[in-house]
Amino acid sequence: MSMTDVLTEPRPSDVEASPDEQAEVLVGTKKGLFVLRGGRGGPMSVAGRAFEGILVEFAMRDPRSGRYFASVTHHFGPKIYFTDDPLGEWTQSEGPAFPEDAGDSVERIWVIRKGVEDGMLWAGVAPAALFRSEDDGRSWQLNEGLWNEPSRKDWQPGAGGMCMHSICIWPDDPDRLAVGISAAGVWLSEDRGKSWRRGNTGIVARYLPEEARASAVDLCVHNMHRAPLQPETLYMQFHDGVYRSDDAGETWNDIGSDSGLPSDFGFPMVIDPNDPDAAYVIPLVGAGDRITPEGRVRVFETRDRGASWTARTEGLPQGDAYLTILRQAFAHDGRSPLGLYFGAESGEVFGSADGGATWSTVIEHLAPVTSVRCSS
Amino acid sequence: VAVVKLRSPLRELAGSQELSVEGTTVEEVIRRLEAGYPQLSGWVLDEEGRIREHVGVFLNDERAGLEEAVGDRDRIHILPAISGGAASCGANAQEAARIEGGAPCP
Repeated sequence: MSMTDVLTEPRPSDVEASPDEQAEVLVGTKKGLFVLRGGRGGPMSVAGRAFEGILVEFAMRDPRSGRYFASVTHHFGPKIYFTDDPLGEWTQSEGPAFPEDAGDSVERIWVIRKGVEDGMLWAGVAPAALFRSEDDGRSWQLNEGLWNEPSRKDWQPGAGGMCMHSICIWPDDPDRLAVGISAAGVWLSEDRGKSWRRGNTGIVARYLPEEARASAVDLCVHNMHRAPLQPETLYMQFHDGVYRSDDAGETWNDIGSDSGLPSDFGFPMVIDPNDPDAAYVIPLVGAGDRITPEGRVRVFETRDRGASWTARTEGLPQGDAYLTILRQAFAHDGRSPLGLYFGAESGEVFGSADGGATWSTVIEHLAPVTSVRCSS
Repeated sequence: VAVVKLRSPLRELAGSQELSVEGTTVEEVIRRLEAGYPQLSGWVLDEEGRIREHVGVFLNDERAGLEEAVGDRDRIHILPAISGGAASCGANAQEAARIEGGAPCP
């Protein structure tokens, strides 16, 4: 594949946002899905709930079909549900589930991602596996290529389990895929998932002994996204490190050290879909703490591909604020200026309608937030 | 024929809180229940054919395993396990692990 600097998707900024535009945000929590509606980036109210009392790991809307999806984990196992009306009835998908001879069971469904072709979606689960749907999410099939990867027996889980949480697609090249697994690193495919190879060059696992780092494969990727307008550019939040790839995940460059971040540990990450040079992270104190450093809630923005990071704090708590923001709890709305939203385990959701320059409290007192995605 | 008693949300899925199902073991009864009510597939047994960690199956008044023999008119209760409270208890232990805090990673 020729990795040239070309547009691969409709430029999102063609959709200009008006200041008084209404928005809908899907917030997954430990106590169900909250559908928030209100002014873009500002205070919202709960338009409805679904899956009350049950852990909703992730929820999203596929903009192609308008269909909503939710990954739900309850006593009876993890399920995917879908609906065309998030305030109406939800239908359970068939799967994702492993074949009976796989010798394993799906524990959690971490992410659902639209695919390239109409009706195609991807789902990442724990234990680390990729599922594909070709019928708008009604049924899901295991990607056998990655499941049968010979090195799988040596893969190690992170603290949250051995989870596949990040899936990157290339709209101009449907054969190409990249996935991120905690803690089995980055995996790349160029044949629609039939075969996979590692894409970890340049990643340094500081949590391992120095002499073990060069050959390390226990790589704890926390989040990974591709820049929609530049096919070869990916950004990654690692366990302790922030990285950028300029070659579609083959090699990675450290953009988290000595560049203005208070910590290069974290989980949440957003890429500006209008600008491949721009990304956002919400650093957390590393090791066992995992809260916003110094009691301040700060979103850090780069506009120069990670050479420098600037704190965006206006409207965010700057004192005695020790929040934990989980990996799927930070999202954008794709518009211009970019709308950004993130939710915390303390039940607050914050939003910005101006690319992070100013922030508002969208809502407070929800259950612990596991995921945030914009549906309009 | 055993009498299978279901609690929410299984009874909503099956459309009944009590069903008569044939089988000589708990596993056979559950398999036939799934065959008769495909919407229950994957809810009680996982892909490996085990009773899900947070599902309780009782044969009459005793917790039962899949191999337990079932007689005529025996009652099989299928219900969500009680797992609230301590972090070491069932679902909460799993939830504690899912919150990325805590143990070093990996």
